[in-house]
Amino acid sequence: MRHALAQNIGVLRRMFASPLVGVLNILVIGIALSLPAGMYVLLQNVQGWVAQLSSTPQVSLFLSMNAKTDDVDKLRKQLERHPAIDRIEFVARAQALEQLKQSTGLADVIGGLNQNPLPDAFIVYPKHGAVQALQALRDELAKLPQVELAQLDSAWAYKLEAMLKFGRMMALILASLLSLALVAITFNTIRLQILTQREEIEVAKLIGATNGFIRRPFLYFGALQGLFGGIIAWFTITISLLVLNYQLNALSQLYASQITLHSLSFGDSVTLLLFSMYLGWLGAWLSVTRHLSKIEAH
Amino acid sequence: MIRFTQVHKRYPGGYQALKNVSFEIAAGEMVFLTGHSGAGKSTLLKLIAAIERPNLGSVLVNHQNVGALKERALPFLRRNLGIIFQDHKLLFDRNVFDNVMLPLQICGFDYRESHKRVRAALDKVGLLKREKSNPIALSGGEHQRLCIARAIVNRPTILLADEPTGNLDTEYAHEIMAIFKSFHQVGATVLISTHDESVLQNANGRVLVLKQGELQPVSVGLIQTQSQAQA
Repeated sequence: MRHALAQNIGVLRRMFASPLVGVLNILVIGIALSLPAGMYVLLQNVQGWVAQLSSTPQVSLFLSMNAKTDDVDKLRKQLERHPAIDRIEFVARAQALEQLKQSTGLADVIGGLNQNPLPDAFIVYPKHGAVQALQALRDELAKLPQVELAQLDSAWAYKLEAMLKFGRMMALILASLLSLALVAITFNTIRLQILTQREEIEVAKLIGATNGFIRRPFLYFGALQGLFGGIIAWFTITISLLVLNYQLNALSQLYASQITLHSLSFGDSVTLLLFSMYLGWLGAWLSVTRHLSKIEAH
Repeated sequence: MIRFTQVHKRYPGGYQALKNVSFEIAAGEMVFLTGHSGAGKSTLLKLIAAIERPNLGSVLVNHQNVGALKERALPFLRRNLGIIFQDHKLLFDRNVFDNVMLPLQICGFDYRESHKRVRAALDKVGLLKREKSNPIALSGGEHQRLCIARAIVNRPTILLADEPTGNLDTEYAHEIMAIFKSFHQVGATVLISTHDESVLQNANGRVLVLKQGELQPVSVGLIQTQSQAQA
């Protein structure tokens, strides 16, 4: 065991003997990885906001400004009996104005109005969340008397969701391509390492080294290079988000709300590091398997 | 221990290195292999270590047909052999001690025990004081001795030496032959290829003579009687 350790440390020390090349390789790997991983982080964040903004689909019914209390009661009963509706919520005009004042920081503007511009409204929570059912319900409710406007609040969320899917697919393609690049980089690095250590490999084979013995340090090297690349990628993302968050903070203060970008979760970080390590190992394995058999002692 | 049966070796390109070579070396024997350069001495040694494979005939080492060994099995054959290469094949990126340590590392030998063994091997060839040096700082004779130390460190049952006294003056050559003899005395099978007359004159073992790839049975007796007459 200590032999294996000594041997591997020895080989690794020789491999890292030219630190500049090693560092450059690791940087390339790190940057290549940080692109898809960073994209993934941004998408996660957007998705998080979407979930926060509209967790359940709802239809808002805005009544006409001249609707009387009787009309409202009639409508309420009608809605409560409707089979596709789970529950409803009534928002009186005064209450709506109050909410608007609190949530958007436009209190000054609203305070300056001499008349409440908002109508009474019902918020309808449907039983089923499928897009088509929601649209049918919206169309039906729009035809009810005293309803000025029926608005499907989550429509934009569905559109955004579709866009996110598109983005995620792009991130996936990017990740696949750059993973391939990472494997190729490691493949080539290991090929060069094998060439420079050709003599040592030849001698080791002559005095009874198994292929496994010769292969092992190269695999460790590939995995380590991948791991270091992954660490660089992690730091790239984390630092970028810190900088972005600083700017975002200034921006969101202007809008009197709080938006922050979350970095990689612990699980995602571990996945990133393990994945980059695995890719490095894979590149090394391919390279060693391909090049080692060509070295035969004579 | 080693048995060649009608072995032919032709290199790609058509050069016939060995023709119909048959002989047997018993366990514990010390045998010398001689002949002009290009007579096939190195090829014969390479066949034993499966560095080359015969085109025809069989090479048995320890009752194993070496010519038919699978690639995977080669390391385990070679661990039983101590090979002293003509060009030494030392590694100049590490010191003397680590060069000798390599075979033990490869076998996964116990770490502490291997330190003792490396020191013992270096002591045997008289290089113990140079263990920290880089091989590049050693003389030709010391290179040879270092190569021997590496070959004997895992106590192989068979020792193969390809021109171990080439380029060395007579005094060095005698020292090195003495090391081989001491190994022979503790029971190792030793096969030494050489064209060094002084070595052959002091040879106290069988001599195989190769001429253009063929074993010469007559001259074996001749040289033996010659050396016996001189002794």
